[in-house]
Amino acid sequence: METGLVLLLLIFPLVGFLINLSVGKKIGRSLPGIIATAAVTGSFIISLFYFIQILSTGEAIEVHLFEWVAFGEFSVNLAFVLDQLSLLWLLVVTGIGALIHIYSIGYMHDDENVDRFFSYLNLFIFFMIVLVTANNLLVMFIGWEGVGLCSYLLIGFWYKNQQFNDAAKKAFIMNRIGDLGFLTGVFTLAYLFKTVDFATLKLALSTTTTPETSALLGVAAFCLFIGAMGKSAQIPLYTWLPDAMAGPTPVSALIHAATMVTAGIFMITRLNFLFDLTPDIQYFIAIIGAVTALFAASIGIVQTDIKKVLAYSTVSQLGLMFLALGLGAYQIAVFHVITHAFFKACLFLGSGSVIHAMGGEQDMRKMGGLKGVMSITYITFLVSTLSISGIPPFAGFFSKDEIMLVAFQNSPILWVVAMLASLLTAFYMFRVLYLTFFKEFRGTAEQKKHLHESPFSMTIPLIVLGVLATVGGLISLPFGYSWLNNYLSPIFSGSGAAEAHGFSTEQMVFMGVSTLIALIGMSLAYYKYMTKSTVPEEDEKITGFAKVLYNKYYIDEIYNAIFIKPIYAMANFFKNVVESIITGVVFGFALIAKGLSAPAKALQNGSVGFYLSFFVVAFCLLIICLFLV
Amino acid sequence: MNIAIILIILLVGAILTYLSGNRWAPKVAMLFAIITAIFSIALLLEYHNTGTNFSVQWINSPSVMFSLKADGLSLIMVLLTSVLLPIILLTAVSHTVPYEKLLYSLILFMAFAMTGVFLSSDALLYYVFWELSLIPIYFIVVLWGNGSMSKRRRSALTFFIYTFAGSLFMLGAIIYLYTKTGSFQLEALYNANLSDTEQLWIFLAFFFAYAIKIPIFPFHTWQANVYQKAPLVGTLLLGALMSKMALYSALRWQLPIAPHAAHGMQTVVLTLSIIGVIYGSIVALKQDNLKRFFAYASLAHVGFIAAGIYALTLDGLQGAVLLMVAHGFGVVGLFFGSEVIYRRFNTPLISQMGGIKGQAPKFTIAFFLMIMASIAIPLSFNFVGEMTIMYGLYQVSIWYTVLIGTSMFLGAFFMLHMYQLVMLGEVRKKPFADLTVNEGLVFILLAAVLLFFGLYSKPIVDLVSPSLQEILMYVNR
Amino acid sequence: MLDILEQVGINNYIYLSTLLFCVGVLGILYRRSTIVMLMSVELMLAAANLLLAVFSVYHQDVSGQVFVIFAMAVAAAEVAVGLAILVSIYRNIGSIDIDKLKNLKG
Repeated sequence: METGLVLLLLIFPLVGFLINLSVGKKIGRSLPGIIATAAVTGSFIISLFYFIQILSTGEAIEVHLFEWVAFGEFSVNLAFVLDQLSLLWLLVVTGIGALIHIYSIGYMHDDENVDRFFSYLNLFIFFMIVLVTANNLLVMFIGWEGVGLCSYLLIGFWYKNQQFNDAAKKAFIMNRIGDLGFLTGVFTLAYLFKTVDFATLKLALSTTTTPETSALLGVAAFCLFIGAMGKSAQIPLYTWLPDAMAGPTPVSALIHAATMVTAGIFMITRLNFLFDLTPDIQYFIAIIGAVTALFAASIGIVQTDIKKVLAYSTVSQLGLMFLALGLGAYQIAVFHVITHAFFKACLFLGSGSVIHAMGGEQDMRKMGGLKGVMSITYITFLVSTLSISGIPPFAGFFSKDEIMLVAFQNSPILWVVAMLASLLTAFYMFRVLYLTFFKEFRGTAEQKKHLHESPFSMTIPLIVLGVLATVGGLISLPFGYSWLNNYLSPIFSGSGAAEAHGFSTEQMVFMGVSTLIALIGMSLAYYKYMTKSTVPEEDEKITGFAKVLYNKYYIDEIYNAIFIKPIYAMANFFKNVVESIITGVVFGFALIAKGLSAPAKALQNGSVGFYLSFFVVAFCLLIICLFLV
Repeated sequence: MNIAIILIILLVGAILTYLSGNRWAPKVAMLFAIITAIFSIALLLEYHNTGTNFSVQWINSPSVMFSLKADGLSLIMVLLTSVLLPIILLTAVSHTVPYEKLLYSLILFMAFAMTGVFLSSDALLYYVFWELSLIPIYFIVVLWGNGSMSKRRRSALTFFIYTFAGSLFMLGAIIYLYTKTGSFQLEALYNANLSDTEQLWIFLAFFFAYAIKIPIFPFHTWQANVYQKAPLVGTLLLGALMSKMALYSALRWQLPIAPHAAHGMQTVVLTLSIIGVIYGSIVALKQDNLKRFFAYASLAHVGFIAAGIYALTLDGLQGAVLLMVAHGFGVVGLFFGSEVIYRRFNTPLISQMGGIKGQAPKFTIAFFLMIMASIAIPLSFNFVGEMTIMYGLYQVSIWYTVLIGTSMFLGAFFMLHMYQLVMLGEVRKKPFADLTVNEGLVFILLAAVLLFFGLYSKPIVDLVSPSLQEILMYVNR
Repeated sequence: MLDILEQVGINNYIYLSTLLFCVGVLGILYRRSTIVMLMSVELMLAAANLLLAVFSVYHQDVSGQVFVIFAMAVAAAEVAVGLAILVSIYRNIGSIDIDKLKNLKG
């Protein structure tokens, strides 16, 4: 019974996927969406059931299916666990997933391949559930690669456009670079402890620490973090995420903002007992996180594509989460993942709504003044913008503030970097808001005629997410009233840095500073885009540092020059030179044999007379040798 | 049950297929292939109760026994051959060619020879089967291949002489071993007391034979030409089975006979295998002929398997066997995919393809599944194999794992690159009919196998593990 | 028989057959016409047969003479086959000049 119900969690989206894949074309345009939504909702209800159960019992549920992979010294079961952490993530994944499915029914209604779209979305939910419920690292890897695969399929959903396909391919390959790190990390742990089970690993790690193992633990943690870099788009493996915006907007919201990209944070949180033992790697994570946060935010302030801004914002926010992780404040990172999921999903869906109304236009320079036409989209977008900027009392304020606090306590430099990032965040988010919803409409007349508020299937998820983005902070209030910390405490080994702290003036000051920074960013944006009514310039007119920013520090070009081009050059070199050399050597042996045969061949000239004379002479010589010598 | 029966069925099948005439040949061949598959499964069921040996004196002096022995490792290879055989035949039946009776008869004969290789436990008998398998494939390539006659004859001849030359080294090693031990029997050769120098030479002699046939970089140059020139069945026999024959032989003969040399040469052969993996992945990027492309992909994958074998750890060997089976099925899917496209577009060139996804959704799913399996997405059989090999290599050195792991993204790179050019993009003017029932059946069978064992590889591991442990025992003595 | 042999002297027989043989060899080497070469071969064969017969008598062993009969029978057959081949070559090539028969050149 228990096993069956847990499995149902997985089976729902899988069945939805299979139905839509096999008969989706035959059941019309609207049914695939309904089936897919029902499947995810089913999983959500089961997750909710177990969530309520664990609130009262506090006991994790484990399900072992069968032996999946057998190594020489140990074997790995296909096993799942529902504990506090995975249930929390399940709620986010299936809950937001269901909302985005509903949204997609409206958004994708006119697409001819709507059945494929929903089947991929369901497959994604399936793999995401596998990822978060996995009971060991290898099962987690199934989900880990599976979501990457779905991300590939969905980014390249409009497969007729080869640029989209390029983006999809890039995402997949960069993820796979990370995946290699992940697997290497898993092997290191397996090599040390002959197990990949989380529970057993935790036990083993708490007992054994010789100098040799701790060095290897560092390797393991480092490799696993590379995996997280790939999946969660951290420097240097972040460039795929902005490109991934080629996919349909609900995909960007679900996969590239709310769920998949947080898998890296989930994994590190899951393995907190490992990372706690490797302070060097933790510090490294914190630095990478902080740098990514600032770096991506700085690119975000000049982008003109509405989705690109949100993408860089996502990279930046993920950086903040890694900063928290690196400082050992896992529950804060989790908290920020949740609030981020709310407001970023809402922002993406809002932008989708705008793009929908604009007939596919994504350039903010051609928008403006949409406030009047699309009031629901505007309000939800505004709420989420306030939330991400860290204005109290919206959800983002609480989670961000806690990250800032913990950063300051550990390292003021990291705090400064993070503060700068959030200043920029407030600036570019309000820039988006002003450019999109205020002032005059700057698009074509035809677009203007076409402007409309989106249908209910799209606005209802927006409203729900807007509400969540407002009140989401309640789950972890400051001053020791954090429900989340208590809830997650069984997951952590206890040494977690962010223990509940009472009411303190220090924290009050902090909140003030954070809010002030956010307000400064907001005012700067107001000054530039409302008071001075600036509209970003055309591509050619951008100069100076802004041009560098606009071109994303030319990172794509640099990667292209130092990785992609050499690989192609090598391919050419191998194909034309190395292959010929090797073939030449092989044929060289044949040629040597041929050369040796040349003198002998001269004797075989075909003249029978010559053969006979040769024969007689040789015979005579033989006789002479025999008898005379 | 006598294991020689499988050989007899295949040989009789080959003769009867030839006698049955062009019209009936495909059906007769298919019948015998299925009978073989049934018998080998029956053999598997029986195996768990009793060991399977068969031995009669063949030549008195020098003492050569016609001795066959099937342990778990041999059995899995025989099973691979006999299960793939009907599938390979299925890829050919809907496509008529001249002299069908000869073609089908040669296919069965080739299966006969390869099964002989997998089963024989007498070195000279093994060598005879080994060389015997070369004859049918030569004629298959020459008589039914693609391209001009002179070119394919040249490729086939190069291949023939090249592998034959390699095998001669092996024959030399076998004869030397006979002079040392006075027997060609496997057990006797395992227990031959060889000095380190002798082992080194014997290891190298075997390595030449196997490295050419597997193929391992830099002995691979025949491969792309022959794969391209061969007809589909030829490519499948070569890629799915013949390369496995050499990999199996490395496990069965090379490692246990020359264990010290295997340890001594490990760095060299591992490096060569891994270079093959990376090299194949990179060269594939610039191939415009789809079959050549898959040939280089195959080079990368067999390099992976070879690395698993030469890791000399239980996980490496186990992974290698798993990946051998997985690759056997996967490569059939890939090459068959290229053939399906060729039959419709009438061109092997990637640059002239594109937009198939919009025209043939079923084929797209099938082809995509095969590609995903070949880049080892979790839940595919290939993943289990590759991962186990990588863990096996990790026990040697983390750097080998990382180096060979680059194939995770390099492999994805070239495969998706190809997929994008061939399947995605705007729909082309040329019509592309979706899969026929026959073609669909091939893909369904392959996908079912790859997915099933991807989820549950335990039966295979349980079957081969004792044999591999025995081999490892000899290797580590 | 032996007395005749003793009268003539075995040496002379050997000289004669050697001479015959050398004539045959030179004929093969210097003539270009295949028929003449075939005849020269017969001459060599005759020389060998003669020697065989002589030694057979000398050693009082009949088997040598039996071999001579055999050899002559085989030679007759050989000539028949050889001539047939020559005829067929002539039909195909229009000549039996040995210098023109170079089709088997490697």
